[in-house]
Amino acid sequence: MTPEAINTLVFFAWLAGAAAFVLGLHQMNSPATARNGNRLSAAGMAVAVIATLVYLLARPGGVSSIGLVIIGVGIVIGGGAGLYLARTVKMTAMPQLVSLFNAVGGGAAALVAIDDFLRVVGTEEETISTTIFVVLGVVIGCVTFTGSLVASGKLQGLVPGRPISFAGSQLLTIALAIVAIGGTVLLVAGAAGMVALSSAVTILVLAAIIVAALVFGITMVLPIGGADMPVVISLLNSFTGTAAAMAGFVINNPVLIIAGALVGASGAILTKLMADAMNRSIGNILVGGFGTGDSGSSTAGAGGDASVREVSPDDVAIQLAYAQHVIVVPGYGLAVAQAQHAVRELAELLESRGVDVKYAIHPVAGRMPGHMNVLLAEANVPYPQLKEMEEINPEFSRADVALVIGANDVTNPAARSDPGSPIYGMPILDVDQAKSVVVLKRSMGKGYAGIDNPLYADPKTGMLFADAREGLEQLVAAVKQV
Amino acid sequence: MDQQLLNALAIFLLAILVGFEVISKVPATLHTPLMSGANSIHGIVLVGAMLIAAAADDPLSYVLAFVAVAFGAANVVGGYVVTDRMLQMFRRRETPAKPKAE
Repeated sequence: MTPEAINTLVFFAWLAGAAAFVLGLHQMNSPATARNGNRLSAAGMAVAVIATLVYLLARPGGVSSIGLVIIGVGIVIGGGAGLYLARTVKMTAMPQLVSLFNAVGGGAAALVAIDDFLRVVGTEEETISTTIFVVLGVVIGCVTFTGSLVASGKLQGLVPGRPISFAGSQLLTIALAIVAIGGTVLLVAGAAGMVALSSAVTILVLAAIIVAALVFGITMVLPIGGADMPVVISLLNSFTGTAAAMAGFVINNPVLIIAGALVGASGAILTKLMADAMNRSIGNILVGGFGTGDSGSSTAGAGGDASVREVSPDDVAIQLAYAQHVIVVPGYGLAVAQAQHAVRELAELLESRGVDVKYAIHPVAGRMPGHMNVLLAEANVPYPQLKEMEEINPEFSRADVALVIGANDVTNPAARSDPGSPIYGMPILDVDQAKSVVVLKRSMGKGYAGIDNPLYADPKTGMLFADAREGLEQLVAAVKQV
Repeated sequence: MDQQLLNALAIFLLAILVGFEVISKVPATLHTPLMSGANSIHGIVLVGAMLIAAAADDPLSYVLAFVAVAFGAANVVGGYVVTDRMLQMFRRRETPAKPKAE
């Protein structure tokens, strides 16, 4: 085949890959086809990568042996590490792993842009448009890299989940922005020939921009509470897509542009959906808002919650065992305590006694939208028992017991009734409509929003203070005794 | 601006619009797998990393390209595998809703 024909075939293969990404994402709309969709997308990726390899080997001059070694060893090491982590991670730790993969993706996009710029600097290929796309790719990619690492560290507990701020952080942010914007203007002016920059100076300016962007990624995510991390990860995911598209402009590659833009757009939509479900604006989250990070560690506020009724596992077991309809409301605390298997065991035990058990899943239960469904599915909870908010809310009034496990803000009636509450207007589960309520949580600590939950003071609410998993295990043992 | 750049900008814009349309219809249950799936797709930057690795001709470029390839490959392989693990758990979801009790 002529090089021309091979180039054409490779281009078609890249287009086929891009088409597979679009169709694969489309199939992820529905649970029935989602897995196929992901596989179609993966197949598209394989086609695109193999086509690239064919292109490199078949082009006139081929590829240097050192280039081949870099590609081969890089893929084996990177792919092997990714495979190992993806297969061994616990499902509860999955959000931070996604964030980690996002970080390396952003880092790769930044490196592609940096490396290409180093090659063209000082040559006539250093055009205004190339410079702009390089700087955009570098800035977005670097911010994503460190930002995603911090987000991942917060979820993993390596970095404190609470918002971290320090004196002068705003000044620092402004200074970083000035370095990045000023450096960009300088580089573009240099490319346009308006100022004479030597190659060494150009590279130094780019290095300053890189450092500013890396530090900015850290200072952007540090002040945000752990509760908002899913939204932040989704936003950074969108950033990485955009960075990949910018890298695509830099090296003139259509499949990078298409796939990057797809992810940029999808990440933006998903971020907005998540923020909406929490009744928060993205701007509010980025400013640091009221999110207080890890819940349950604080016992403050006990004084304000005048009277709550504490109950024992035995009381609750009797209540549950003789109920007809029980609705389980799993939340973040259940995910943290990895109690999804324990809750399934309790539910099966109750069902064997003829109790009708359903799960009410708030859109943001867990750490990400849909995370709770994944956790419960992992524990083999039958899918039909999982009910989404709109579907289950009318059923609470018929439920004998609503068992709230490690969920707080998503059950707070103040969101419905108190216009002064920070979470007013957030869609909640109407747990307070149930005939009786049992709240299983570690302490009177407040949720992410850091506000009191009037549900706990409701006379029909019993509080069972325990770690979600231990509490459920006690309940299982107690129900067996009934 | 040259024609190639203008074409690329047109592709970019259309791909963004496709992304908005494809995504906006996904139910909340699938948002986490979707985020993870989209996360794997931007691993396409691996292709870019391979192209710059082939063009590398000095030690600094070798290092940058190697890290870029390894990062991109981790993003691609890890992203797809972890997404598949998540979606595997939705297997038994053929019947979307059983008749409500009572």
